[in-house]
Amino acid sequence: MQKEELRSEDKKSSYELFFDIPVGPQHPALKEPAFFKFKVEGERVIGVDADVSYNHRGIEKALEQRNYIQNIYLIERICGICNVAHTLCYAQAVEQIHGKEIPPRANYIRLMIEELARIHSHTLWLGVAAHEIGFDTLFMYVWRDREVVMDLIEMLTGNRVTTAINTIGGVRRDVSDEAKYKVKKGMDILEERLKYYKKVAINDPTINARCSGVGILKPRDAIKLCAVGPTLRASGIKNDVRADDPYALHDEVPFNVITYDTMDVLARVLVRVDETLESVNMVRYCVDHMPSGEVKIKLPLSPPIGESVSRVEAPRGELIHYARSNGTNKPERYKVRTPTFENIPSVCEMLTSKNGYEVNIADIPITLASIDPCFSCTARMEFRDVSKGKTWIWSLEELKAHCKKKGI
Amino acid sequence: MSMLKEIQKSLFKKKATVLYPFKEREKVHIPEGLRGKIVFDREKCTGCLLCSRFCPSGACEIVVDEKGKRPIFHLELCLFCAQCQEVCPKGAIKLTEEFELAAFDKKAFTIR
Repeated sequence: MQKEELRSEDKKSSYELFFDIPVGPQHPALKEPAFFKFKVEGERVIGVDADVSYNHRGIEKALEQRNYIQNIYLIERICGICNVAHTLCYAQAVEQIHGKEIPPRANYIRLMIEELARIHSHTLWLGVAAHEIGFDTLFMYVWRDREVVMDLIEMLTGNRVTTAINTIGGVRRDVSDEAKYKVKKGMDILEERLKYYKKVAINDPTINARCSGVGILKPRDAIKLCAVGPTLRASGIKNDVRADDPYALHDEVPFNVITYDTMDVLARVLVRVDETLESVNMVRYCVDHMPSGEVKIKLPLSPPIGESVSRVEAPRGELIHYARSNGTNKPERYKVRTPTFENIPSVCEMLTSKNGYEVNIADIPITLASIDPCFSCTARMEFRDVSKGKTWIWSLEELKAHCKKKGI
Repeated sequence: MSMLKEIQKSLFKKKATVLYPFKEREKVHIPEGLRGKIVFDREKCTGCLLCSRFCPSGACEIVVDEKGKRPIFHLELCLFCAQCQEVCPKGAIKLTEEFELAAFDKKAFTIR
């Protein structure tokens, strides 16, 4: 639809007024391959065309060729930062096919690690956002304090980022009393620092000048364009899988769904900082109320025939996994819907000026970064002729033309 | 402006960066149970091949020697997920806390 709009404007205007600015696939602000073509009139951005299909890794196909245990470690590598959310979602989907409940202690540990990962992801994003607006002092302080939570994750799971803690039927490691004490101490440090960063985000003139009134996404557009996660909550819509469809005992652990209604980048910053503070409290609750007992039940390698859908609130938004089993030790079909892919239409909407809302070229990096993009999750499909070794991507028009030719 | 106080305070603090590996090597925080280099006890192994069946990255190669089928671990392919340690019924495989695995010789990456 946007392409057609751009073409109709082409006919109307002369080339001196409108220019195309290509951003990507390699761009210092984005770090991952994604291509954005901005149509600008002077400093105003009036249209955007996104191509995010650069890094197709064929993970869904690869999942069908490995057994369920091997898949845990493959699914973890869809996204390094939200690896806990991915393994949790996968484990829940497979346990659903088995029809088995896991012990409560395992659920509490899963929840605790998930929230620790959310703290680490949101503080990482806060640093990146500060870097995008040129506030490198904040970036360095935030990342220094992030080391606290990284060390806790390393101590609990055995690795800083790729945790490999969730498995089918529970978790792989128990939490000792000494570790609990260390987690509590770490949470105290983090809470103090995060409260300070919230104060900075509200009061600092640099952040205010660069973030407030930028990248506005109206609630109606957010619903229409299927925004998810903090992007949606910053537009004032109360939607969180942890509250709406509780998994892993999220209904037992109290927390608030954070919303802000200023709809801009500043609201997204504050939603994430507040969510991190909520996560700190949830981790504390988990440590205090963790029941005793087993952390894992033994499940057979091959689940029965069946299919399941599982939902998890990843740090970037709602994550959906679909699994279909045919009774063997390998899944027949596996489908992953990642949150960044859902937020791409919203970010295109944020970057288009209309009805008195102006987007400047200088606002592009922070607006793009405000959805916390993870473009490696966004390439959905490509065609491959195995006999010729050829790989190609079809646009929707080309696919339609092909279907017409074949009479499908 | 609200960060000026914090910046002033930090001026007189020690550097947060650890000067690894040149100085302060001992300051690197290595927790118990870190998943690092694999150690394989050949005597305990019974050749059940579970490790190669569950290895997600194909780092566990099976070779036949005088004792029968035995695994070789290729650290250049290893993900350090510790799944082999988990499935081994005899406890022959262990992931140690050693994490400095860079080497010039490829032979250093093969654990027999």
